Amino acid sequence: MISYLAMATGFLLILIGFYGVLTNRNILRMIVAFTIADSGVNLAIVAIGYMPGRTAPILDATVKAGDAASRFIDPLPQALVLTAIVISVGVTALMLAYAYKLYEKRRSLDIAKFTELKW
Amino acid sequence: MVKRFVALLLLVAVGAMFTTLLVGYGPDLELNLTARYYAEHSAADIGAANIVTAIIATYRGLDTLGEVTVLFLSATILGLVLAQGRRQASRGSSLVPAGELLTTGSRVLAPLIILLGVYVFVNGHLTPGGGFQGGAIIASGMLLLLLADPVKRFSHRLIATVESLAGIFYVAIGLIGLFLAGGFLDNRFLPTGELGALVSAGAIPLIYSLIGLKVGAEFSTMLAKLSETEAL
Repeated sequence: MISYLAMATGFLLILIGFYGVLTNRNILRMIVAFTIADSGVNLAIVAIGYMPGRTAPILDATVKAGDAASRFIDPLPQALVLTAIVISVGVTALMLAYAYKLYEKRRSLDIAKFTELKW
Repeated sequence: MVKRFVALLLLVAVGAMFTTLLVGYGPDLELNLTARYYAEHSAADIGAANIVTAIIATYRGLDTLGEVTVLFLSATILGLVLAQGRRQASRGSSLVPAGELLTTGSRVLAPLIILLGVYVFVNGHLTPGGGFQGGAIIASGMLLLLLADPVKRFSHRLIATVESLAGIFYVAIGLIGLFLAGGFLDNRFLPTGELGALVSAGAIPLIYSLIGLKVGAEFSTMLAKLSETEAL
């Protein structure tokens, strides 16, 4: 149940993010929408790794190494999402820097004012 | 209007795709082969209690090196983009000074936040946490300092030195693993020790501390570069 809920929330966040990117004209709003979609993707991937009735993949006094395979959830999606979160920080920082430069050039953050690559 | 309609149409299509995915999804009842291998072998092979850390720092250590490289590149390009055509600014006079609470609070909290970050990445092989999380916590302490005093200039040379040295030692540890143990970034050239002890899991605490320093330095560089842009 939890994994369905988490995955549905993730998909919903992706859709909200896409909607924001497609309908907003302000570049900063588009960046925010992009990060929302990003969180949605991460949430959906983590939800895939969840398995009912199991625990986090950390060995301690309650989970011994022998029965690890029957007690742990899938550790791979978590490792992947850890990577994805860090990369998304770099991508967001770059987007903000480009937004700053675009504003410096045109004194506007309206995406409709930037028509050089339009055809 | 047409544009908004097309956007909505696209969203409906993507939403339909997601719905079929969600309907067809059922949680696994057994670990798949790769995950099973990691779960069963990482305690004996790697000696790390946290299996996610074992995957990130050792099994897929090369991926992590690539990831750190991507982060380094994005921090560098950020500096390149923002430095282009920068005017000599005369700023600082127009800024409203930060309040007493923020200034004093940042003095108390920043060292504690940095200490927490160090704790998180040193214990990365035992607890949920690690180099990336600890680095982000350290950078959040830097952000607090920047909020309290926006004109403050970090020592770029110090940050760059920490970052470069951490990167060099990270690759060096990888190469040592190549010669003394099973392969690149193999952690077993140091004894794996007792499972769950702070000094255990071979070179993983070293690797993760270096990653933590590097990530913290990179995030701090990004924050400092962004905060040094002038108000337009």
